[in-house]
Amino acid sequence: MVAAGAALGGISLATAADAQTVVDLPFVNGQRPLTAFPQKRPLLQVTPRPPQLETPFAIFDDGVFTPNDAFFVRWHLAGIPQSVDASMHRIKVTGAVQRELLLSLDDLATMRTIEITAVNQCSGNSRGFFAPRVAGGQWGNGAMGNARWTGVRLRDILTRAGLQSNAKQVQFRGLDGPVLPETPAFKKALDVDVARGDDVIVAYLMNGQPMPLLNGFPVRLIVPGWYATYWVKMLAEITVLDHVDDNFWMKTAYRIPDTPAANIAPGTTGFATIPINKLNVRSFVTNIADGATISAGSTSLRGIAFDGGNGVRRVEISIDGGRTWRNAILEQDYGKYSFRRWNARWDARPGAYDVAVRASSNDGVMQKATPIWNPGGYMRNSIETYRVTVS
Amino acid sequence: MKKWWIALAALSSIGVGVATAANLAPPQGTVTIVLPSDARTSFKPGAGVETAQRYCLTCHSSAYVSIQPGLSTAQWTAEVEKMKNVYGAPIPDDQVSTLVTYLATEYGL
Repeated sequence: MVAAGAALGGISLATAADAQTVVDLPFVNGQRPLTAFPQKRPLLQVTPRPPQLETPFAIFDDGVFTPNDAFFVRWHLAGIPQSVDASMHRIKVTGAVQRELLLSLDDLATMRTIEITAVNQCSGNSRGFFAPRVAGGQWGNGAMGNARWTGVRLRDILTRAGLQSNAKQVQFRGLDGPVLPETPAFKKALDVDVARGDDVIVAYLMNGQPMPLLNGFPVRLIVPGWYATYWVKMLAEITVLDHVDDNFWMKTAYRIPDTPAANIAPGTTGFATIPINKLNVRSFVTNIADGATISAGSTSLRGIAFDGGNGVRRVEISIDGGRTWRNAILEQDYGKYSFRRWNARWDARPGAYDVAVRASSNDGVMQKATPIWNPGGYMRNSIETYRVTVS
Repeated sequence: MKKWWIALAALSSIGVGVATAANLAPPQGTVTIVLPSDARTSFKPGAGVETAQRYCLTCHSSAYVSIQPGLSTAQWTAEVEKMKNVYGAPIPDDQVSTLVTYLATEYGL
């Protein structure tokens, strides 16, 4: 099957049950068949239905922008339209507004165009590394990506509709729906002040191209600096609420402990929670994997760092498991919401090393060695360490 | 498998990739894909597997279960109750314990 796929320009037609490449993520039940979904290169298949696909980590070494066909995919409900006509698509703006709107993509084209580079990261990225483990989508570190998004400001749409004075939140829904009518439809909401921010956009291009259907064609919400759960795909309804949204996906799901760093001891009960919101600071090495063997001599370490919109102030690397650190060089800045690539030269002598990387953001927060824990498996961001043998 | 070939052929002719960096207009036209059938995903054999096949696969593939790290009876009970009470899975009350026992046995700690 893979050979047949190669003849089609590298697109594998294999599905999970075929003999094919399986990536072994380093945790229990971490076997992930590399599977090509439509408009996608082979990705780590976490689940086929609804599709949850993880970006192979080596992709992040290829460049600062994650290619559309390699971008991770995560749907909550299996009622996903498999055919979408962009020309017929409408976004309905309703609720506590002065004027209801029904916007086509042509309507959006008449509005001011905004481009912004931003990381889209799943709330549960890296959940598989939680200890103790928690139930949920068992992602490695590849449920994230960085893209240049093009569209219009949500604020401009809200201004056109005119908010009523009692407007409190703005709720978003896409074209997807549940299999069973009893299942809560996927809806997310932002406070009005957040929704009216400079950088929240309704995007119709991803890296200058129409986005893959599985990433939300023809239009999706972009909330730079916030977790992907708010980036509603196939955006079809914008509803201004006069109250705090109490639908399941806001009131019950995607909640984090109302504690510093969303950290809480396993087994704790009865704690207050808040909706998940901004990304915390993270960094990764992208050119050397955990357990790698490299040749002695002058080499370079490369990687990425990002946070929830303060921007990356500093990246440091260690070759002794975090006892000593030195600064890496920060590469081109694509904006405060983007991956920031970094590099560092390493004169590697034979031996065994624990290579670590840590980033600090412009608000003074630095990654910590000790992982956080919470029952949802959200927001992991501890320092990454890679065992490297130099021979 | 035939569906896949049709889908790929359709994609290449539908105009995915019309816009360029210089052309920031919204997309037009239809994109059609065919998602893979997950008919070949299945649960491990064991007492109660028919119950799992009947009530779980309506909404999601068996991978939702098999990727989990191995959950305790209490954790599987919570998952089944969530599916029944929050997501509306039509699991009869008298099938809950069968399902939990199956999951905790085949996908347990």
